[in-house]
Amino acid sequence: MKNIVKEYPGVKALNNVTFKVERGEIHALVGENGAGKSTLMNVLSGVIPYGEYTGDIIYNGKECQFHSINESEETGIAVVHQELALIPELTIAENMFMGNERRNKFGVIDWDRTFKEAQDAMTRVGLKESSHVLIKDIGTGKQQLVEIAKALSKNCKLLVLDEPTSSLNEEDSKMLLDMLLDFKKQGITSILITHKLNEVAYCADQITILRDGQTIETIPNPNHTIDENRIIKGMVGRELTDRYPEREHNVGSEVVFECKDWSVFHPVYTEKCLDDHVSFKVHKGEVVGFSGLQGAGRTELAMSLFGKSYGSHITGHEYINGKEVHLKNESDAIKHGLAYATEDRKTNGLILDETIARNTTLARMEKIANRHGIVNVPEENKQAEIYVKEMHTKTPSIQQHVGNLSGGNQQKVLLAKWMFTEPDVLILDEPTRGIDVGAKYEIYQIINDMVSQGKAVVMISSELPELLGMCDRIYAMNEGRVVGEFEAKDATQEKIMSAILSSNNKNVSQAG
Amino acid sequence: MKGKDFVKKYTMVLALILVFILFTILTGGRLIMAQNISNLLLQNAYVLVMASGMLLCILTGGNVDLSVGSTLCLSAAIAAKLMQTNHSSATAVIVALLISAVIGLWQGWLVGYVHIPPFICTLAGMFLFRGIARTILDSKTISISKEGFLNLFTSYIQIKGVDHLGNCPSAMVIGIIIAIFISIFMIADRGKKAKQGYQVASMGSTIAKVIIFDILIIAYSYELMGYKGVPVMVIWILVVVLIFGFITEKTVFGRYFYAVGGNEKATKLSGIDPRMVYFWAYFLMSVLAGLSGLLVGARIGSVDGNMGNSYEMDAIASCFIGGASAYGGSGKIPGVMVGAILLGVINMGMSILGLPDQYQYIVKGAVLLAAVIFDVVTNHKTGKS
Repeated sequence: MKNIVKEYPGVKALNNVTFKVERGEIHALVGENGAGKSTLMNVLSGVIPYGEYTGDIIYNGKECQFHSINESEETGIAVVHQELALIPELTIAENMFMGNERRNKFGVIDWDRTFKEAQDAMTRVGLKESSHVLIKDIGTGKQQLVEIAKALSKNCKLLVLDEPTSSLNEEDSKMLLDMLLDFKKQGITSILITHKLNEVAYCADQITILRDGQTIETIPNPNHTIDENRIIKGMVGRELTDRYPEREHNVGSEVVFECKDWSVFHPVYTEKCLDDHVSFKVHKGEVVGFSGLQGAGRTELAMSLFGKSYGSHITGHEYINGKEVHLKNESDAIKHGLAYATEDRKTNGLILDETIARNTTLARMEKIANRHGIVNVPEENKQAEIYVKEMHTKTPSIQQHVGNLSGGNQQKVLLAKWMFTEPDVLILDEPTRGIDVGAKYEIYQIINDMVSQGKAVVMISSELPELLGMCDRIYAMNEGRVVGEFEAKDATQEKIMSAILSSNNKNVSQAG
Repeated sequence: MKGKDFVKKYTMVLALILVFILFTILTGGRLIMAQNISNLLLQNAYVLVMASGMLLCILTGGNVDLSVGSTLCLSAAIAAKLMQTNHSSATAVIVALLISAVIGLWQGWLVGYVHIPPFICTLAGMFLFRGIARTILDSKTISISKEGFLNLFTSYIQIKGVDHLGNCPSAMVIGIIIAIFISIFMIADRGKKAKQGYQVASMGSTIAKVIIFDILIIAYSYELMGYKGVPVMVIWILVVVLIFGFITEKTVFGRYFYAVGGNEKATKLSGIDPRMVYFWAYFLMSVLAGLSGLLVGARIGSVDGNMGNSYEMDAIASCFIGGASAYGGSGKIPGVMVGAILLGVINMGMSILGLPDQYQYIVKGAVLLAAVIFDVVTNHKTGKS
């Protein structure tokens, strides 16, 4: 892929990316969240069709213009996504040939062929089940293999795997990687996107590192002996050119929020542990950061602490201002002075069809209603105006629907909403995601204001420079555990990323 | 306000005015005869009352209550049966409303807390409650003759000595008093908001609105004066509409319905329990259906097993014609009223013209579809993307 450029409004997801894969090799594609790996593969597979990006895709020596996934699949490119695209209520065979049915010339499905060919494909990946088994009745590891079998059944020559081992245990992961090495012998080329550097070292022949939408370097790994630190250096080695507003660091000694041995399990797959005995604390006037990659468990941690709004079998202790609390729901959490600004402001943070004014007051309407429950609309509007002014939210009026604002201004309304509840501790989940540089700076200023007003802020972010620029202390999480704690002034991007990606994954205890 | 915005905001009102004028012309003026105008609201009382409750359900996310026609029948059947077996009107009314409340508790609980999809739950209710009603009626028609009951709902305000059939000045007096109150309220409210620094509409447009309302009220009162005076049922309608209008516009509780429909996840994370909101929507809806049963029963004077059949559709249609979003989160009581009256005018106009039922069906369906298409297209509402 040569000189690929893909822009979205306000952000260049891919900035002149060049990526070469040799026939018959396993090529690893690594980078932080948002580096552009998935976007690049979306361009390759046709999810982002020809015309919506610039640059060339040259496959088998021929220039390709894919307008859809079907077109890329016809040339032998198959992508297995991180989010499994399988239908639980249907059989393995039906899923295998979804959109690609075995049919006779009248368009009627040939079920005998379907189940037989599915069974054959399954043997290639080592699945011994019957192809009549329903997807929901097999584990995630095997579902992953079904996806790969599906890709193989399309006669793929170039297999792209996006985080294939993220839901697998060690045993299944190794089996999958060995299978990739096996495919190599069969002449199939693989592109492996993964965060697990040990896997990269184990099977990749070459490693391409993306950072901030640009190709940084391609490292050869012919003997599979590469040092993980070498990769980390490539991943994070950026200049800290982003500026962060100055603030006085007035961290108090009192602990306003603490959690000990906090464990959370998945609400549906209740054996899956998402957070494993996590402990951390936050002081008054402090900004504490949480770094980690996708699946680290940070959002799940935050949501479960916020009145058990996510997760099942939640155990552990939560303390606010030194006293242990048992928060039953979100309303409880708000009453105890917690605030949680969600990761996805559009899906579960704001009501897009409602006005700025009504969004601002939603989480604590008692402040603008009398004791009979009647809303004082002028007061509500006044309060909304105050926040709009303080945060410099760009809008013609507070009666504007939030859905019409730009991302940065929507985020400001979200922050205003939580400031309105007068919390002691604010948990901000990816507060500057999808926001342009100018608006980011303003959000940082707002966060600084919060802290100078005596609040404590917990900031979950995938951007290491942001954490280093804004936080007093930074926790690193990986796979549901805290794997590092750093004073911001002593931390570097490499140290944090190293802690996250270190394959030893020791649980760093936070006692004390 | 620019012309285009004005049309967008007041589309249904303008449509109502146009349709009204159209039918007045087509019926050679018979539409605006005192008797017909008076009956317009009476015939559609149940629609206005039930649509107020249906709006709450729709606000929560485009959800409807299909059982209300059957609840209406059941409520009327219970009342009629009790009165037939020599219980007092008061007992009949209270028991009927209580049973409706129990139905409301039942469906509210199932939809809100057990997470049964409202469509299925109320569909089942539609069969269940009608079946129970028919059992109570024993497949017979029961007539209602108790004066107390009938007077409570179908009488007219007539002051002895002042009002006669065909000339009831009390109606005009009441109309003028109401007009004065509304005018003072609207102007004072504007003044209060202006003083508190809230942006208000220009004095000119407020005065214009006040004058239009006054004219409408006086005109309506004039019509009522020429027939039997102010019907008590209009009072019932007004009470329900005003209460629900107040709840949805002015209270925190009412705001929650809009919030849940707008974005349930965000609302839950804001500390509001969506289950409670769903519960109240379906509870209140059933109570209003019960009340409607009494209104219809009193008006017709009898109850049979088919009463209320497809009445829920009228309520639902009124809400959507009145601008409620099919995805929830928006819609107002005044809009619903306009929608209901629009349908009522069309029905009445077509009846006066002697058009057979089937044409009324076609027009009703077309109007509903047109209203929703217009709404979606002009507001680019593509639902939850």
